[in-house]
Order: sequence, then structure tokens, then C-alpha cells
Amino acid sequence: MARKFITNQPRFIFLIFCCLLLASCNSGKKKASEVNIEDFITEDEIFDDIDKAKKIFYSLPSPLETAMLIKSAGAKYDETILNSISNKTKYTITKTQALNLGIYTTDLSFASLFDQTQTSINYMSAARTLADGLDISDAIDDDTMRRLEENLQNRDVVMDIISETFLNCSSYLKENERQDVAAIVLVGGWVEGLYLATQLIGDASIVNNKLADRILEQKLSFNIVQRMLDDNKSKEDGSQNKDIVALMSDLKELKTCFDKVKVETTETSAVTEEGSSITTLKSSTTVSVEPADFKALQASVAKLRTGFIQ
Amino acid sequence: MRKSYQLIALVFTFVFMSTIASAQCKSFAKRICKMELIPYIHDGNYHAAILTEGEEAELYKTFYSGQDYRIAVCGGPESIPDVEFQVIDAYKNVLYDNKEHNLNRVWDFKLESSQQLKIAIKVPKSNTVSEYPASGCVAIMFGVKESQ
Repeated sequence: MARKFITNQPRFIFLIFCCLLLASCNSGKKKASEVNIEDFITEDEIFDDIDKAKKIFYSLPSPLETAMLIKSAGAKYDETILNSISNKTKYTITKTQALNLGIYTTDLSFASLFDQTQTSINYMSAARTLADGLDISDAIDDDTMRRLEENLQNRDVVMDIISETFLNCSSYLKENERQDVAAIVLVGGWVEGLYLATQLIGDASIVNNKLADRILEQKLSFNIVQRMLDDNKSKEDGSQNKDIVALMSDLKELKTCFDKVKVETTETSAVTEEGSSITTLKSSTTVSVEPADFKALQASVAKLRTGFIQ
Repeated sequence: MRKSYQLIALVFTFVFMSTIASAQCKSFAKRICKMELIPYIHDGNYHAAILTEGEEAELYKTFYSGQDYRIAVCGGPESIPDVEFQVIDAYKNVLYDNKEHNLNRVWDFKLESSQQLKIAIKVPKSNTVSEYPASGCVAIMFGVKESQ
């Protein structure tokens, strides 16, 4: 027996090597050839060369970055617009758990940036409940809660804890071939950011309004949302992922609204001042929309988000 | 019977090694690459994959004015060559190429106006003669802070 095994060893090692190669190939996203580009807006030429790369990543603003963008646009804190933590028991299926994990993480980030300590703990706890439901309980554990409670007065540490929590969730899901769920979490967080911003701007004029610009600029990220979902809509066995297909359908009305937003960017030049380590990307972006279309966008986001949190 | 044992061993090795590779990639991103972002705050997103020499990847992201960003592109273990990356705008202008900066792992920038950018990554082929191409984890991470 031993002799035969030794005789076959080179073939066995070769097979193991092939397996390792296959394992590494499966670690990334789907190949670009599977991306249906024609379904999407063609004005963004940045995607033109997409077929050349073997692995494609789409990156949305994370809940933390979204909250930072809203705050830096001059928005005020309003707790009444957050998704109530009492809703957490409603979310019992993967799609609603994933969407609302993203939503609660954005709410958590928003509350933390405005130093709302008790609210931050409550939302971290709500996010933990949903993470447990998605079988990613290691992402938010007792140690996370303890560290958060011990550092509530230190915003930088709190932001680091939120960042690490989100990293744990998304890395666990992606490494366990649950990229579809990771995508839904991201979309939930992104829509919540859009909802908070559109509620906070209310009826204010959108002319020379930084928060309005932030909202309209999300058209750029909406393209990425669509591509990311399209990338995840088919399962390994060729069947369609029902949750992703349903989510893509949910977003159709929002697409119609964003189609009415014009975003034009000039060519960019990179300038690094002498003695500075930071490069400035100089370009000009023009964002425009009719006031009535902006109202329709606000209404569409509110409707979408209401559907997500029910 | 012997074949069955070998098959079981093969399947076990495949599952075990792919799990180890994934876990190592996550650990590498969290413990090594994330450190490159300091003093920026990591945005929380996770983008990492096992790449082999000669392989390329692309990442698309919208960057916003009013924020300072740091991109960190890291490859590990040391057996794979330093990762090359370029930052490219919608007009295909190369705004940054780390080959022109000693293959730096990080690049700091801010924007006058928000726009979508592409990060193009390549693990170059090694000059070392080897029977099999080297592969390793490549992580792309973003740090952010409000512009001063």
C-alpha cells in the first residue's frame, strides 16, 4: 500500500496544487466577462476597460464614510429619523437582516459622530442581534460591546470600533462565499445614508446646498450599486439569487430618479504641492437637477427605505 | 479503498487549504494592511483576494470632495512581488502610478470635486525562477478623514 502511494505521489501533489490554484481563483469576484454592462448607464466611461481585469471590486461608501459625508455637509443630528431599534425583532429572514444590519450600522455611525453615546450602544447592540441572525456573531461580540462602553468619550476609538465591526462582518461574509449577503448589507447602509440626508435637507433650497450636492453625487455610487448587485445575481449553480433580484427590482424607481440627475466631471489633473504629502485632484464636477425631480428623489428614497425597515 | 482514502485526503486538503488561505487573507488585511492607513480612519470596507503573479484586478469607487483619502494596496506574503497600482479617472488619465514612487503601498489625496476613480492593480511577474507562480493575498483598503 505504502509503495503504491509513493509511486502515485507526484500525481497526488499535482492534484493538490491544482486544488490550491482553484481555491485561489474562487477567492475573488466573478470574472468581468459575466458582468452585463449593457444594462447600465453608459455615460460613465470609467467602466470601459472592465473586460481586461480578472477580478473586479466595487466599493460603496461604507456606513462610516456615509455618516462622515452627511456630517461634513453641515447636517444636524436628528434621532427621530433613525430606524427604531425596537424593529430589530421584525427581521427574521436573510434579506431583511442584511439590509437592516447595514441600516443600523449607518445609524450607529451617525449617532457616534454626533457623540450620542447611549444611542451608539443601543445601535451596536441592535446590529449585534442582526449579525447573530446572519451567523456572523464573531463580528460583534462581548469584547466589542465592552470596548465600546469603555471608550464612549473617545470618538476616534469609537469610530475605529465601528470600522472594525463592519470589516469583520463583510470579511466574514465574503470569505465564506456569501458575497451576495455582504452586498445587501452594503446597499442597506448606503440607502440609509441617502435616507438620512434626504430627510435632513427637508424642504430647504437645493441651490448652493452642500447636503443637496452630496445627495445628488450619490448618482455616481448608484452606478456601482447596480453593478455590484448584477455581479451577485446569479448563484454558482446558474440559478438566480432571489434576494438580489428582488433588491434590483426595488431600486428601479430610484434609478428613474437618478436618471434625471446630471453629473458631469471634467478631466482631472493631479497636483502635489512642494513639501506636501497629499496630492490634490483638480477637476470640476457639475451636478444639476430640477427641483421637482429632487422632490421625487426624496420621495423615492423614503418609499424604498420604508420598505426595507418594515 | 486506497483510492477512497486518497480522494478523502484530497478533498480535505482542498477545503482545509482554501479555508486557511481565506483566513490568512482576512488576517493579513486586518493586521498588516490596515496599519498602513494610520492616522486615517479605515472606512470599514473589505476588498481582498488571492492573486497570482501576472494577475490583475480593478476596483471602482466614488471619492468625495471635502474628505482626505489614503489608499493602501498591500500584498503578502513576501514571496509575491510588490504590488503595482494606478489610480485612473474616467478620461483614462493616470493620476498616480506607484511604479514612479518606489512601489509605495500608500497614496494620500483629496479632491476638488467628487468623482469616480478606478484603482488598477497588478501583481508583476517575479524575476525569480520557480516551478510554480507565486500567489498571495492582495488587499485594497481606504482610509478617510475630514479635510483640514
